[in-house]
Amino acid sequence: MTRSDVQLMLDVKEGDDASFDLLLQRYRTPLVNFLFRMVRDVATAEDLAQEVFLRVYRARKQYSPTAKFTTWLFRIATNLALNSVRDNRHRMMEVSIDVPADEDQAPVELPSREMRIDEHMAERDRTQFIRRAVASLPEKQRAAVLLHKYEEMDYGEIARVLDCSESALKSLLFRAYETLRVELAPLVSQTPLQRAGEGRPL
Amino acid sequence: MKCEEVSKELIAYLDRRANSAERHDVEEHLAACAECRTRAEEFRKLWSVLEEVPMLEPSLGFNARVRQRVADEPRRKWFWWFVPQPRLALSMALLLALSVWIARMPYTPAMASEDEDFNAIKDLGVLENYDVLTKFDALSELPQAPVAQPETPANDSQAPDDNGGM
Repeated sequence: MTRSDVQLMLDVKEGDDASFDLLLQRYRTPLVNFLFRMVRDVATAEDLAQEVFLRVYRARKQYSPTAKFTTWLFRIATNLALNSVRDNRHRMMEVSIDVPADEDQAPVELPSREMRIDEHMAERDRTQFIRRAVASLPEKQRAAVLLHKYEEMDYGEIARVLDCSESALKSLLFRAYETLRVELAPLVSQTPLQRAGEGRPL
Repeated sequence: MKCEEVSKELIAYLDRRANSAERHDVEEHLAACAECRTRAEEFRKLWSVLEEVPMLEPSLGFNARVRQRVADEPRRKWFWWFVPQPRLALSMALLLALSVWIARMPYTPAMASEDEDFNAIKDLGVLENYDVLTKFDALSELPQAPVAQPETPANDSQAPDDNGGM
């Protein structure tokens, strides 16, 4: 019989490290994927996922099953990811301020939406295109979409992870999906026939 | 129901988490609003598109690194057994500090009762009696050491004083 997350965590609390290994095995892939989609870097995502498990282990003695284990787990992960994204953005800003402008270097121009789509279509890299569209969402919207679409959490749980009301979460999700619908319009409007005609794998 | 109101419930409707009343309201609006109907259909397609993104597998050494980091955690000291909760430990420390502070406060005795006052001053009269004080000779209470008697009896008043003769 499969032990629940809460039971495993309570066993970890009693000093059973084998139960911690089971939790690690159960949640390592969802966590690494969630964090990768948040921070867009595999190495950082793995470091952060390790940190999440370490924090769970450190807090084992204080653990009490007042909420779902996944709520607690993804709340830690979300906070770490948001901090990492903000720190990274801060570092990028410092670099851009500190580094003197190179006259030989052409100014970085963001490609227009059409150019980006053409580029990605030409490369036939749908996956990359989708990932970038998700990554371009504001952090909280991105976290909401990932927890809703990929982790399939219910609204109450996502609201607790993101520390907002369910009503606010529904608005957040609508705005996020509306942005993605526009960004990914070329893929969304494609019919299965059109896709089959491209002759490329998913 | 207006388009703005529907937008809040549309996601819950599409993933079948809306309650029956919300579902009814949204369906009623979608039947009348082509724009929202298109949006709802595209949301469904969008979700299919999002599912195309493959899952990553963590690297081979992932579990080993987590276990290593857990093993590197500092172990608790033997006295941790006495400190089951950090909050309890803090409370105990505060209580101890309060006890020490109270113990170091200067002692101010309470007002003595009338009987204690009497006992304390009843012998003061002795101290004020000149005759008692002048004739009080504590040394006279000591046992007398044997002293060789002189052959010629001397006048007490002319005998050399012990202190002066030594």
